Amino acid sequence: MKILEIDAVSVAYGGIPAVTGISLSVEAGSIVTVIGPNGAGKSTLLNAIMGVLPAGGVIRFQGQPIGGTNIEARVQAGMSLVPERRELFATMSVEDNLRLGGFRFRADGHAAAARELERIFSLFPRLKERRRQEAGTLSGGERQMLAMGRALMARPRLLMLDEPSLGLAPLIVRDIFHTITELRGTGVAILLVEQNARAALQVADRGYVLETGRVTLEGDSATLAADHRIVEMYLGQVRG
Amino acid sequence: MDATILLILVQDGVVNGAIYALLALSLVLVFAVTRVIFIPQGEFVAYGALTYAALDTGQLPGSVWLLCGLGLAACVCGLWQQRRTLTAGATTRLVLQTVVLPAAITALAAFVAPRKPGVLIEALLALAIVTPMAPYLYRVAFQALAEASVLVLLIAAVGVHLAMVGLGLVFFGPEGSRATGFSDAVLSFGALTVQGQALWIVGLTVVLMGALYGFFEFTLFGKALRATAVNRLGARLVGIATAQSGVIAFTLAGAIGALSGVLIAPLTTVYYDTGFLVGLKGFTAAIIGGLASYPAAALAAILVGIVESFSSFWASAFKEVIVFTVIIPVLLWRSLRSTAVEEDE
Ligand SMILES: Nc1ncnc2c1ncn2[C@@H]1O[C@H](COP(=O)(O)OP(=O)(O)OP(=O)(O)O)[C@@H](O)[C@H]1O
Ligand SMILES: [Mg+2]
Repeated sequence: MKILEIDAVSVAYGGIPAVTGISLSVEAGSIVTVIGPNGAGKSTLLNAIMGVLPAGGVIRFQGQPIGGTNIEARVQAGMSLVPERRELFATMSVEDNLRLGGFRFRADGHAAAARELERIFSLFPRLKERRRQEAGTLSGGERQMLAMGRALMARPRLLMLDEPSLGLAPLIVRDIFHTITELRGTGVAILLVEQNARAALQVADRGYVLETGRVTLEGDSATLAADHRIVEMYLGQVRG
Repeated sequence: MDATILLILVQDGVVNGAIYALLALSLVLVFAVTRVIFIPQGEFVAYGALTYAALDTGQLPGSVWLLCGLGLAACVCGLWQQRRTLTAGATTRLVLQTVVLPAAITALAAFVAPRKPGVLIEALLALAIVTPMAPYLYRVAFQALAEASVLVLLIAAVGVHLAMVGLGLVFFGPEGSRATGFSDAVLSFGALTVQGQALWIVGLTVVLMGALYGFFEFTLFGKALRATAVNRLGARLVGIATAQSGVIAFTLAGAIGALSGVLIAPLTTVYYDTGFLVGLKGFTAAIIGGLASYPAAALAAILVGIVESFSSFWASAFKEVIVFTVIIPVLLWRSLRSTAVEEDE
């Protein structure tokens, strides 16, 4: 079953197109990656799917068209986005950030929220150590963990990650990608936007290559990783 | 000036300052959550005072009709805004909140008012009549503008303020009113005599501030409001609806405004347009506090109250001028200190 299907999605900023006619789909429980250079329109695409930006075309979530709905309704339906800029509640504690992540289950009571919190803490033990710290004072890696943890508190069916490796040291990047593979078993589908094509293609089932707002290549991760164009453009050089 | 006069002036200042502090807090709250500069805050003070005064004389206050009218308007706006996503449950909730609730409050007021149930019941009833107007106003005037700039929201707020002053004249008439206090006890501590009403004001202010602190610090809804203030997009991404936060912030502001009105009604004669000046002093305090920090706003409010009472003693003709002039050095100091404008990122 497809959890997400988008067809001919276009987004423009003040008349200037950023993303044109993109179609892609995500199978339930699978990991799909979108790779591409700076300015290709990857963040724009995720924001359009989440409802942060108005978009043309058709977006279906679990078979339902969700084009006209707002962000809150999409969260309620089971989507979560970790945006490029993370958008944490900087002056609030780590724990409060996480608890607010579970806002959509506010009616479930304290015990359920505490259980969810423990689940996130077992995924990211660092966050547990720092639960009372203000989110704005966390290190880059910790902020990324908190952003993922907050998104997971909403128990999404589809988790969208916008460059989780952005600005992080290789060791932390490995941790984050390890967590992504761990999530695979929990049934959540992941749409992963990355510039780190090597790591992304390793964890993903399928991949799309986005260039100047269009999909130029798509296929199995393994096929893509072997494609000579990908090797030359994205895997050839080590990212600085 | 001797010590007795000094004490009286300080006491006056603190009592007025407590009211300004409440108003400043709700201004900061509304601005942080919705970015609306809530100019009509003062009208809630006047409405609260006049509604309470009418109930105090055993009459049905005219504001109940305004409540019903605003409720209906909010219902229509709500239905229109959600026309594409409306479910049966949401419609029922909306009708309950905007049509059934005001009708029930009106019926209750019509039943209770002639029976003169005593000041506490009357005060609660006045709160019940005036408070819901705030969320209705939010739905009617501000919700559709949620993403607009601060300037557009300010213009809308000025419009709402002017409309409410006019409606105040229609529903309460041009006469001023005064009401019975919560307590006519007079306590004396040495040279200082304290009126029971003053103690009520300061006491309720402290309790309310404590309650607000608890709400923001310990409840998920309070944290959701703070989250909206800290990062609007972040809040939306966890499913906190901006509109819902706005409704809660406006409800709190309406309740605080109405309560302030009920508290000052026994101290001073309130007219339909008195609220603006009172609200403006709360606003001055909020500005001095930077529209950002609750403790700073509360302290500034006490300062405004004390400046006001001293200037009314020394130069009563210039009282308001002096109070509002206080804001100028503060603004200068702020603009010299801050390098970047935080608004509209
Ligand atoms: N708010 C905006 N207003 C105008 N143009 C924008 C805006 N946001 C993005 N763009 C433009 O849209 C295009 C796509 O941007 P986008 O951020 O989606 O790229 P990206 O693939 O995420 O890049 P990166 O890998 O650097 O994050 C770029 O040309 C960018 O300049
Ligand atoms: Mg991007």
